[in-house]
Amino acid sequence: MAQEHAHSSAVERLLNCEVPLRAQYIRVLFREITRISNHSLALTTHAMDVGASTPFLWAFEEREKLLEFYERVSGARMHASFIRPGGVAQDLPLGLCRDIDSFTQQFASRIDELEEMSTGNRIWKQRLVDIGTVTAQQAKDWGFSGVMLRGRATLKVKWWAYPSQPGVCWDSRRAAPYDVHDQSDPDVPVGTRGDRYDRYCIRIEEMRQSLRIIVQCPNQMPSGMIKADDRKLCPPSRCRMKLSMESCIHHFELYTEGFSVPAPSTYTAVEAPKGEFGVFLVSNGSNRPYRRKIRAPGSAHSQGLDSMSKHHMPADVVTIIGTQDIVSGEVDR
Amino acid sequence: MNSIEFPLLDRTTQNSVISTTLNDLSNWSRLSSLWPLLYGTSCCFIEFASLIGSRFDFDRYGLVPRSSPRQADLILTAGTVTMKMAPSLVRLYEQMPEPKYVIAMGACTITGGMFSTDSYSTVRGVDKLIPVDVYLPGCPPKPEAIIDAITKLRKKISREIDEDHIRSQQENRCFTTNHKFHVERSTHTGNYNQGF
Repeated sequence: MAQEHAHSSAVERLLNCEVPLRAQYIRVLFREITRISNHSLALTTHAMDVGASTPFLWAFEEREKLLEFYERVSGARMHASFIRPGGVAQDLPLGLCRDIDSFTQQFASRIDELEEMSTGNRIWKQRLVDIGTVTAQQAKDWGFSGVMLRGRATLKVKWWAYPSQPGVCWDSRRAAPYDVHDQSDPDVPVGTRGDRYDRYCIRIEEMRQSLRIIVQCPNQMPSGMIKADDRKLCPPSRCRMKLSMESCIHHFELYTEGFSVPAPSTYTAVEAPKGEFGVFLVSNGSNRPYRRKIRAPGSAHSQGLDSMSKHHMPADVVTIIGTQDIVSGEVDR
Repeated sequence: MNSIEFPLLDRTTQNSVISTTLNDLSNWSRLSSLWPLLYGTSCCFIEFASLIGSRFDFDRYGLVPRSSPRQADLILTAGTVTMKMAPSLVRLYEQMPEPKYVIAMGACTITGGMFSTDSYSTVRGVDKLIPVDVYLPGCPPKPEAIIDAITKLRKKISREIDEDHIRSQQENRCFTTNHKFHVERSTHTGNYNQGF
């Protein structure tokens, strides 16, 4: 859903469209759910590559609960197509916030269980500490973002620092806040040594911070519209479409031709769980984009694999790929 | 007192004899322990991984994921196959020993899926490359759907006849090369970074 959010934000920025507040809170809620879901997959498959196979089974059960939330709100477990330009597709169903609440109450203990298996483990530390070290300058040169970039700074600062200092505390949610991120108040975890152990700890800590945001969001969410009011952009509801002629025309126009986006271009990036996911959208005024380039974090991170694995053993290469959180689908499309 | 005694039908003795054919026995043993190759290129692999997880456990069907194609007898092509990946997929399939089965998982591997209209690099369907036994639609198919495909494949295997298999083995030999091994001078010089 982070990728849907990036594309929708790019379109909204070109259209200069205002997203209602409730939709923004729903977007933030589901983006943080995505973040937890991604980190539980990335960390535990990485652990499986290193050799620890138990966290994989534990984390995937938690992931199934999160995929159930996706399915309840959008109908699909993975490709939700829920965050759309102008807002979100549908409102949250009844009972979802209650179930999210019961999930959050037990999830912190699950993260503790995952940490108990790995963080203090001698074997884990030997495999991860001082492997795949990246200096701050290297990280900026290669275009790393997200957890790869934050693995190198002073530990757990609260206020973001502009990345001209040797440590890089760069989080797009803080540096260029979009939606309602400036109202929830997460800490941004950063690491000290830039090795894989730091990145592992940062991902665990990010899961905890995302949990905090997920707890705050349903409490702060106002009631209201979940799509922008402009019917030239967002389709009307189906019952409205069957009763009113104008709604029927809007529905038809939107689903056959779509809406036109004014001419200039934009680059919009969000803090996807894997890094900075950007969409460069160039429009020529018609209903189809002239160019849409996706800047995927995996393609920048995988370039750094060679320099990160120098003077390490071949077994470390596998786990360096795991810590970079690469998805080959976004590297080589 | 004229009744004939049938000791096998007597309920107090245990039935310790099962009668079957060799064909059925080999089919049963094969379908009960299909070992899939841990193969995944794209989003379908995430649902395949959910299948390995504990909620939709596929070990209860006998499936243990194997990393090497030499040890696998099922390949679930999970994910889009691009033209760059196609030779690798064919090579993996050829390296699997007979008898082997293929489940084409997800819309991308059946017909090209969402990439079937405009893509410049996607193979439109994995059956252009390797023979497929079961087609499993979905984008991605839910783990329950994958289990359904595996169940259908098991039923298909149970209907197999050994003579057909032996005949097809003799006909469809894959291309192999003759390896000529020469013993060369050792390249071990003790330096870490060395050129050739």
